[in-house]
Amino acid sequence: MRDVAVVGIGMTRFGERWDKQLRDLFVEAANEALKDANMNRKEVQALFVGNFSAGSFVGQEHVAPLLADYLSLRSKPAFRIESACASSGMAFNLAYMAVASGIYDIVMVGGVEKMTDISAPEAMSVHAKAMDVEWEAFFGLTLPAAFALIARRHMIQYGTKPEQLAMVSVKNHKNATKNPLAQFQFEVTVERVLASPIVSDPLHVLDCSPVTDGAAAIILCSAELAKKYTDTPVYVLGFGTASDSIALHDRFDITTLYAVVSASRQAYKMAGIEPKNIDVAELHDNFTITEIISYEDLGLCEKGKGGLMIEEGETEIGGRIPVNPSGGLKARGNPIGATGAAQIVEIVQQLRGEAGKRQVSGAEIGMTQNIGGSGSTCVIHIFGRQRR
Amino acid sequence: MVTFKDKKTAIVGYGSYIPRYRIKIENIARVWGESLDMLRGLKVQEISVKGPDEDQITIAVEAARNALKRAPEVSPKDIGAIYSGSESKPYAVKPTSTIVAAAIGAPMSVRLADYEFACKGGTEAIISCIAQARSGMIKYGLAIAADCSQSLPGDVLEYTASAGGSAFIIGHDLGDPIAYFEGQYSIGTDTPDFWRRDLSKYPRHGGRFTGEPAYFRHIIAAATGLMKELNMTPEDFDYIVPHQPNGSFPVEVAKRLGFSDSKVLPGLLSPIVGNFYSGSSPTGLCKVLDQAKPGQRILLVSFGSGSGSDAFSIVVAEGIERKRDLAPKVEDFINRKKYVDYSLYARFWGKIVL
Amino acid sequence: MMPKSPRIWQLAERRYGLLGSKCTVCGKTYIGPRNVCPVCNSEKIETIQLPPRGTIYSYTVVHTLPAEKDNYGPYIMAIVELEDGTKLTAEIVDCDSEDVKIGMRVELAFRVIGQESEHGIIYYGYKFRPIISRT
Repeated sequence: MRDVAVVGIGMTRFGERWDKQLRDLFVEAANEALKDANMNRKEVQALFVGNFSAGSFVGQEHVAPLLADYLSLRSKPAFRIESACASSGMAFNLAYMAVASGIYDIVMVGGVEKMTDISAPEAMSVHAKAMDVEWEAFFGLTLPAAFALIARRHMIQYGTKPEQLAMVSVKNHKNATKNPLAQFQFEVTVERVLASPIVSDPLHVLDCSPVTDGAAAIILCSAELAKKYTDTPVYVLGFGTASDSIALHDRFDITTLYAVVSASRQAYKMAGIEPKNIDVAELHDNFTITEIISYEDLGLCEKGKGGLMIEEGETEIGGRIPVNPSGGLKARGNPIGATGAAQIVEIVQQLRGEAGKRQVSGAEIGMTQNIGGSGSTCVIHIFGRQRR
Repeated sequence: MVTFKDKKTAIVGYGSYIPRYRIKIENIARVWGESLDMLRGLKVQEISVKGPDEDQITIAVEAARNALKRAPEVSPKDIGAIYSGSESKPYAVKPTSTIVAAAIGAPMSVRLADYEFACKGGTEAIISCIAQARSGMIKYGLAIAADCSQSLPGDVLEYTASAGGSAFIIGHDLGDPIAYFEGQYSIGTDTPDFWRRDLSKYPRHGGRFTGEPAYFRHIIAAATGLMKELNMTPEDFDYIVPHQPNGSFPVEVAKRLGFSDSKVLPGLLSPIVGNFYSGSSPTGLCKVLDQAKPGQRILLVSFGSGSGSDAFSIVVAEGIERKRDLAPKVEDFINRKKYVDYSLYARFWGKIVL
Repeated sequence: MMPKSPRIWQLAERRYGLLGSKCTVCGKTYIGPRNVCPVCNSEKIETIQLPPRGTIYSYTVVHTLPAEKDNYGPYIMAIVELEDGTKLTAEIVDCDSEDVKIGMRVELAFRVIGQESEHGIIYYGYKFRPIISRT
């Protein structure tokens, strides 16, 4: 295996993009990534696209060749990867392996979702397909409801408080005000989160990531080629991927995301680091509880102490380990298939030192953690300014 | 019409189900500006209301499962026929009995059909099970009498039509009998007192015409016919359970037949839960079984508009003492209640047209 | 749209009757059919009748409804732990949202789960309710 570097990134503005179609969004992000890498599109050898459910959201399947076509990458191999919210994290992982193995030298990877063409209740139903359709969604479980079940148990088992969940939202909203591409560029308070309508108790509207249109794209190449395209390549130091039961009720303890535990241990080992070495992380805060549990299961704090970690400000920009400087899924937005790629875009910007007002100073090592469904998929990547 | 001298065809399991929700009739009256004085004659205070996820099939399954709980000696695999009687099938075409069969784990070799005869489809189902059990065509039959009774908004029926029902497992010379059938007598005429046209959502009726020429004439003819056949008088019966379209008709018809109030009141449930249509008199029977002693005799008389009546003489057997507590009693369902107002009632019932 | 009847039919009896799977080697039980035990990898799985009673392991009141539950109103979803330890996801009915709690005992109910459309097939299956008290 050879080392792989990110040499180009691009991302659309996240939000309600009423005037844009799925293909427009991806082409916008992809063209920006090419420009960022100073690369001619002809140099791209393959395309890996994460997309959750274009068929349900916009009626289009077979999106990989569609996007390749509209990017003028006809004749190139194009892959679509679906892993619910982890789609583009998993796409990145496959793209990384394709380059690391030597099969390709330069690939484009990204993700896209166009969610606002259908109503919010319909989007809720599509999102529920990321769980067990026959034994969970059929009976009325929605994705927020699944995380509400998790949150309730976490509160019972570890004393986590609604206020602590709200603090995740407050932090991520605050960070998003410094991200010009974020969907929600306004701050909220704990009181406002707790006063917002209940989606699925104990989760309020402001505990949940929104419905978002958007795309993100990344150019990966072998470390040897990286300097040809950029002075600030960001290297992939490690990764971990794991699956868990599709249905929440089949897990031993729903307050632990076992796929996160497993994937993170693989990633730390491969990168040769410990959690304390991480300078900045983009974690999967599809719901506020998920960020808190992720602190624990990634080993950033002790099990059960996630609520305390947010309360003590350790994950704010300037804290011990800043989490979600982009605003996270909560405030940057969560276009499902594009979310994993957007996390990577943020970490690359942070490690390049190009994150503007939300820059984590001196960030050398960054991590992305992308979850699918109720925790059935987890993909983690660790990035560094220096090669291993 | 038929007497069963062998005393071997018996109910070996019975069970009921009534939804949790109730509406007080003054709540309905307020919506339509109806005077409570006008409604007093119905002698109904409140009626059961189906939940938003309940229908005739769910009630049938719940009742059938309770009947099976009271028949521990019966394996679902021994049930040879399932008949469901109702006038509120969720499917016009696709029998309720097919879904009940799957839900209770009946074998594939089972005879299934639904009966419709307004409020007496359920007793027709009982008769079919009696006949097939006696003839040896089946080991056990499951007869279901349940309805989510429809009523046109604002119609007088809205003050009585409710949801609930019961189920009976019937066998011949098998199992541990709860009560055996002693005789059966039926009446049928062309009397258009109440009807629902195909594709109509709500039944229509002839107002006071539903009384004398319909309810009273048929029930009295069936009950007297059966008593004559059995050479019995009201004194021979401990209970009478007539169809219960409201709280007053059953008491009145019992009186006209020569039964004291004390024989009709134990099985009367319409004043507090309303009219379950097909499930009405059969659930009254279950309420009586919940309290009757072995050896007591019950006169059950259904009435179905259109019109007809099925009368049964039923004698309580020893098994009642062993089986009564194996499933919730009618009283348990009556006591389990939560009141809703007309707006929730209308939403649960799908009466709000979108 | 093609009717969903085959898909509903495939699992209907399991959903009606609360049938589950049990690994005959390690004894682990599941709701839903499986061919391989995810705990011990055995392929010796049998269909079993699951117990009709259990307790609430976790719950939530769903206020933001999916499209299928349009106009249904807020409802309680829970993970129920059956008496044999099998866990499953189900709606809790006949219970007010302020009364539901972890550890509450519940029993099997048979309910409408949904429908294809006003003209399509109706889906039935299990929900759970507080145990009906007996006199």
